[in-house]
Amino acid sequence: LDSRLPLVIFLHALTPAAARDEFQEELVIRPLHSGDIYASFQFRTLWDTDFLQEGQKVSHYRLFPKSLGQVLSKFSVRELHISFSQGFWRTMQWGQPFIPSPPGAELWVWFHDTVSDVDGNWKELTNVLSGIFCASLNFIDLTNTVQPSASFKPLGLGNATDHRFLRYATLPREIVCTENLTPWKKLLPCGSKAGLAVLMKSEKLFHSSFHSQAVHIRPICQDEQCSSKAWELRQTLNVVFDLHTSGQGKKEWSLFKMFSRTLTEACPLASSSKVYVDITDNPELFELSPATPLLGQAVVLGDRRTYSVYDLSRAETFGQLRSFNLLLRDMLRPLLHAERYVAGFGLQTGEIHTVIYNNHPYRAFPVLLMDSVPWYLQLYIHTLTVTSKSRDNKPSYIHYQPAKDRHRPHLLEMLIQLPPHSMTEVTVQFERALLKWTEYTPDPNHGFYVGSSVVSALVPSMVAMRTNFTQDQPLFSSFVPVKEESSYFVRVYTEPLLVNLPTPDFSMPYNVICLTCTVVAVGYGSFYNLLTRTFQVDEPSPPLSKRLANLIRRIRGVPLLT
Amino acid sequence: MAAPLTLLLIVAVTIRAVLFRSSWAELISERVEVVSPLNAWKRVVEGLALLDLGVSPYSGDVFHETPFMIYLFHFVVDYAEIVFMVSPGLVFCLSRFLTSLYLFRKQKYALESDRYPADCLELLRSPKEMFYIPLKVAMFYLLNPFTILSCVAKSTCGLNNAIIALFILCTLKGSALLSGILLALATYQSIYPLTLFAPALLFFLQRLYIPVNLRRSSFWFFTLQYAFIYVGSLVVITGLSFFLLGSWDFIPSVYGFIFSVPDLTPNIGLFWYFFAEMFEHFRLFFICVFQINVFFYTIPLSIKLKEHPVFLIFMQIAIISIFKSYPTVGDVALYMAFLPAWSHLYRFLRNIFLVSCVLLACSALFPVLWHLWIYAGSANSNFYYAITLLFNFGQILLVSDYFYAYLRREHHLTHGLYLKKKDGTEATLVLK
Repeated sequence: LDSRLPLVIFLHALTPAAARDEFQEELVIRPLHSGDIYASFQFRTLWDTDFLQEGQKVSHYRLFPKSLGQVLSKFSVRELHISFSQGFWRTMQWGQPFIPSPPGAELWVWFHDTVSDVDGNWKELTNVLSGIFCASLNFIDLTNTVQPSASFKPLGLGNATDHRFLRYATLPREIVCTENLTPWKKLLPCGSKAGLAVLMKSEKLFHSSFHSQAVHIRPICQDEQCSSKAWELRQTLNVVFDLHTSGQGKKEWSLFKMFSRTLTEACPLASSSKVYVDITDNPELFELSPATPLLGQAVVLGDRRTYSVYDLSRAETFGQLRSFNLLLRDMLRPLLHAERYVAGFGLQTGEIHTVIYNNHPYRAFPVLLMDSVPWYLQLYIHTLTVTSKSRDNKPSYIHYQPAKDRHRPHLLEMLIQLPPHSMTEVTVQFERALLKWTEYTPDPNHGFYVGSSVVSALVPSMVAMRTNFTQDQPLFSSFVPVKEESSYFVRVYTEPLLVNLPTPDFSMPYNVICLTCTVVAVGYGSFYNLLTRTFQVDEPSPPLSKRLANLIRRIRGVPLLT
Repeated sequence: MAAPLTLLLIVAVTIRAVLFRSSWAELISERVEVVSPLNAWKRVVEGLALLDLGVSPYSGDVFHETPFMIYLFHFVVDYAEIVFMVSPGLVFCLSRFLTSLYLFRKQKYALESDRYPADCLELLRSPKEMFYIPLKVAMFYLLNPFTILSCVAKSTCGLNNAIIALFILCTLKGSALLSGILLALATYQSIYPLTLFAPALLFFLQRLYIPVNLRRSSFWFFTLQYAFIYVGSLVVITGLSFFLLGSWDFIPSVYGFIFSVPDLTPNIGLFWYFFAEMFEHFRLFFICVFQINVFFYTIPLSIKLKEHPVFLIFMQIAIISIFKSYPTVGDVALYMAFLPAWSHLYRFLRNIFLVSCVLLACSALFPVLWHLWIYAGSANSNFYYAITLLFNFGQILLVSDYFYAYLRREHHLTHGLYLKKKDGTEATLVLK
């Protein structure tokens, strides 16, 4: 070790100034007007090395991925842009994307002007890239490559604009899947283990309307005077989550709902790690939690937009639970809302759950719930439970008329007091009846419908209402007569239910009648035999020959055989 | 004798207590083989809840118990488990009396009267054999899985069985008044024990040495007395029920329900699928046919078995359990409890192995095919219906087998055990 020490000091003196590699990560979340949500990840790695100088072979990679570095050097690439997209960006519904990309794979590359055989390099480059990204980019060949003369100017440094060194190809048929995402994630310094990349789980990312991942490599200036240059690698991932597919129809988004993960820490190698939420259209659109005091403004695509900024490098962003889950909740909240569903499994029993939401922040008010359930779902009123805020809430008035088979349905009316800002659940168990085969509809396995429950209430009003009717009021505001100023009448209908009943086999009436009557006849027959017959000793009858002989003897008048 | 019986009682109570407290109790009380719309505990609780709400339990179609049940459970609903455990105990009491009093006495009488041919001695039961019959009957009832299931499910079938058992007990003890009252109570609970009037009457006639002759005035005198007790108590009980709730609503709800079978919930009987698939035009006709089928065997059986009223009681109970409109395994357990009393018939039974295999297999298959139909959705109602058919067929075979064996034993007792043909060779006995 002693002899090696001077060598180490010597080598240390030889290396240039400490590499100023930098890594920044950022996530921008933008709720769209259609209820969908757009998330855009950008990971930017700055590699402080100058490839453009001759004779310098670099073998020290810190934050920049080695595979891409070797590609850049081997094929003398000046700029590389590759993107994989699944789905089509709907500009009319979603606006403009931050990083646009066509469906399928797109690859365009600016080579150095020192390259002699651009086509050869292009061919080898596509093959190498197809290996790196596990995509079938090897289908890119001369038949689908073009050299655009004006459209794709270099985005980074460089003054040579001879389009002979540009190659552009797309593969619209290319499908993006987890196999493409995994090597893409591996190019990040922290991988998918820390920072924003932990959110990239393929089961959620690919269950979206639009998904696009891209790699953009270009040389940039590191300062205003452009005294030193660096390579910039930008990895971007754009995804649009659909309101109905991922959001279950509710305009309520959170990091957990979108990505099934929350953030626990920033990437330690990142110099900045931030989450931006577009709040330009707020406060009418949604409310954001946890709240943040940081705000940012930026002009994006010709529009000045305001962002709420969450800095992940600060520990207080993660709160006490060391987990950061952003919540965006729709502001539209009606004061009274009801839902209903059937719980249970199998065709024997079930439970009807009616859930009533009181969204008033501080006022409690009573509601009248009316349920009319058909007779073939036999309700058990002793199983009726009403709970509010996980405590029993006894209704002050219950009117119950049980059903009579094939005559009238059940009628249940209850007056329930709803506590403020709460959810009340009414459950009642029922049993499903087997009907006569003629009482089923022609499509019995579709199920039977149960009509909506009706919730009627006088909801306290924020605004004083006028009790007298004047002619200039529009028709829609004067339907329900207003009796008092401080509350208005509301009737809410829940969903109808579709309930399956057990069915007999419709093809078998004759068979069933025959078989059952057979069993009854077996009983009848055995009892008849035992009741009408007596036990006798079995005397076997004489054989046929003897009987014939006896017959002849009788005719002749001769004594018979025994 | 007391020690094994006590041990048996303790074991039975322990099994029931353990099951009551386990999670199986809820599962069992939902099983359609164990409870029916007539005697489910859930419906009793529902009826009491409706009463609390101020609605008559009979205004809906959920509650089909008699007002006597409402009255009883109004007070003991918290102790329901104990009530249901006591009822098998009553049957257990019956078992002791059934054999120790009746059969023993009859046997003794028959021996003394020297009526039987000499070679039939082996057909007669020795007192030592009969000593163990009470224990066996008690075991057959208390440890029968059907009874245990019925008890744990808190089905009121257990209470009905207890009333019938008490009725048989009082009949055997010779108390016509109590017997009539209890028979009226049993009939009031479910109509079918009406058919037990005939065997009870025959038993009393036999006991009082009144010959069954339609021309004798003593026969009519006693018959009218007994009928008067029976009908009178029935009227009184029904009247009291009217005053309980103040209306006659319970009559269509209970008896109309039993007779017209509107509810087609699957059970182990023959009615449900038959009437689910019945053509509307013939529904009334077949309801009448099926209900007459239950009552129809009374007269022929009474004529054939007028010397043997206890066996007649067994036959009637068995026929009721098989052919009633909403049978459950509790009903099956009741007549099965009598089987050890006729263990001496074993040598004449022809199909007992087949029958026991069929009944065991069907009991195992019922829950399986129910699950496949209702929960898994991979079978349909035909599977469950087939097992129902097979189970009832097995029961019919069992009952007719015992009937055959009984008649054959009687024949041997009068004509001798080893019969010979005219030429001296061994004869076979056939029904002709």
